[in-house]
Amino acid sequence: MISFIIRRVLQSVLVLLVVGLVAFSMFRFVGDPIDNMLGQERTIEDIERLRTQLGLDQPFVVQYYKFLEGAVQGNFGVSYRQGRPVAEIIIERAPATLELAAVSGVLAILLGIALGVFTAIRRNGFAANFIMSASLIGVSLPTFLIGILLIYLFSVELGWLPSFGRGEVVDLGWWSTGFLTESGLKALILPSITLGLYQMTLIMRLVRSEMLEVLRQDYIRFARARGLKDRALYFRHALKNTMVPVITVIGLQLGAIIAFAIITETVFQWPGVGLLFINAIQFVDIPVMAAYLMLISVMFVAINLIVDLLYLAIDPRLRIGR
Amino acid sequence: MTDTPIETPAAKAPPKTAFGRFLDSDFFYSFRKSPVAVTSFGVTVLLILSAIFAPLIAPTNPFDPASLNLMNGFTAPMTPNAFTGETFLLGTDDQGRDVFSTILYGMRISLFVGAAAVAFAMVLGIALGLLAGYVGGWTETIIMRVADVQLTFPSILVAMLIFGIAKGVTPIEYRDQMAIWVLIVAIGLSDWVQFARVVRGATLVEKGKDYVQAARLIGRRPVPIMVRHILPNVLSPVLVIATISLALAIIAEATLSFLGVGAPPTQPSLGTLIRIGQGFLFSGEWWILFFPALTLLALALSVNLLGDWLRDALNPKLR
Repeated sequence: MISFIIRRVLQSVLVLLVVGLVAFSMFRFVGDPIDNMLGQERTIEDIERLRTQLGLDQPFVVQYYKFLEGAVQGNFGVSYRQGRPVAEIIIERAPATLELAAVSGVLAILLGIALGVFTAIRRNGFAANFIMSASLIGVSLPTFLIGILLIYLFSVELGWLPSFGRGEVVDLGWWSTGFLTESGLKALILPSITLGLYQMTLIMRLVRSEMLEVLRQDYIRFARARGLKDRALYFRHALKNTMVPVITVIGLQLGAIIAFAIITETVFQWPGVGLLFINAIQFVDIPVMAAYLMLISVMFVAINLIVDLLYLAIDPRLRIGR
Repeated sequence: MTDTPIETPAAKAPPKTAFGRFLDSDFFYSFRKSPVAVTSFGVTVLLILSAIFAPLIAPTNPFDPASLNLMNGFTAPMTPNAFTGETFLLGTDDQGRDVFSTILYGMRISLFVGAAAVAFAMVLGIALGLLAGYVGGWTETIIMRVADVQLTFPSILVAMLIFGIAKGVTPIEYRDQMAIWVLIVAIGLSDWVQFARVVRGATLVEKGKDYVQAARLIGRRPVPIMVRHILPNVLSPVLVIATISLALAIIAEATLSFLGVGAPPTQPSLGTLIRIGQGFLFSGEWWILFFPALTLLALALSVNLLGDWLRDALNPKLR
């Protein structure tokens, strides 16, 4: 088991090194950094000086090492477009994305589990069938169309909720939050539904099928024969045993929520990291793209590693034979 | 969904022609008996045909500046324009382009990019999957590790990144022209893993069978064994993945174009049209957004349902 953990960690480190190489190659070979930093009026001396200053005259491996060293310390260079350090821009934008992702994640988990249990218990009822059919359409609809649909309904037609931005935010020093003002909370509603809907349907369908599986088993029948109340039966005995695969999926979907935030943030012009990334692609702002790539891969690799190790902790059968 | 009873055709004499045999097959029977499959097939074929014959069906060519009249801008569907008196089936956009025509031409680009991306992913995935499964060893380890790593990231993110890098490499004056091809490569590269994994798994099974051993014994080279003998036997799951991938690729293309990192406004796909239409959501010109969105929805949904049905129909375990 120890050897499995070590192998798994080494593998994650290798993945990060490869991603780092991709990010570094973007820096080095996509466009000329010198071109990007110096204006039209430049001399050969200027170019040479900057080349030594940036270390571009050194061997490839040394440059790669320096790049990784900088990245680990949070130094991703300067944005071509904004002329400010990338790390600074990302830190400024991170709270918006994290708050949005947290709210939609919680929404997806709570509603997904509740609806999943409901549709499993009343599986032939009208409401349960309706929810299941609706979820099928929800899965096929592209995220951005759901966002536009919600904007049309609640902003254009009804005028209840804002269609873009974060509303008023309160600055807490290094963190700006939208949770403390009314307009901030209102602005959160539509984007978080848009972002969380897909994950919610996924969790719901998974909980439902796992519940149906568990409810067929003997110990549930015996518990019922013993005269346990329905609520204790469903939530204490059945739901608990469906949780292992559900937790895995939730873990893996956490990363997906942050990635799909790109789409939601663009629809709602939410000033987060995703919108920053899309703008960086549009204007070929390589440092921002590279930094985003590195950050998101660290996150994905970490989540995958944790989920794998959790598996090992939860299910003792997996420990044999590794 | 499709667990219809299977007739035993033993009583009838088997028809001679290939088409006759197809009409008599279990496959066609379960297709005929599934209203979802028939409807989604019908809608898909209708949309594909209208995209192919767009130049014949569309009343105007929206990309020919000569046929445009700015006075026709913002005409509502089925109502005559206040200045020119012309009527448009689905209205016009801000530049006076007929929405019905832009949808037909946009669908062409959406379908072309989707189909080409899936074809690219399929060829790449099949080749690498066959190689990994048949050759094994280091080749297999490297290919499947890369696949695993890529699978960790959502494919839309991979596509965006490839698009961004390619955009940085191409000179500014060629970017709009190249955008469609870059899009195809980006979506294709983000989607090959599914094919490679399935083909590798099936190849591992086929490799152990007698006919492969026999082919090897009579001295056929590895490449002909892979392409001529193993490939035909692993194609049926590939077909299912290809159909589902097509729906995903169409949605991915629409999403990228909607985000402004896909098809350029000079060659708008359905996603680009929705992006343009979103700008007029608040000013009341709903048709510029609504009809392209509806078309995209119909296209994605019908291809998706068709793929789902195909998966069930070709899965012998569900029989």
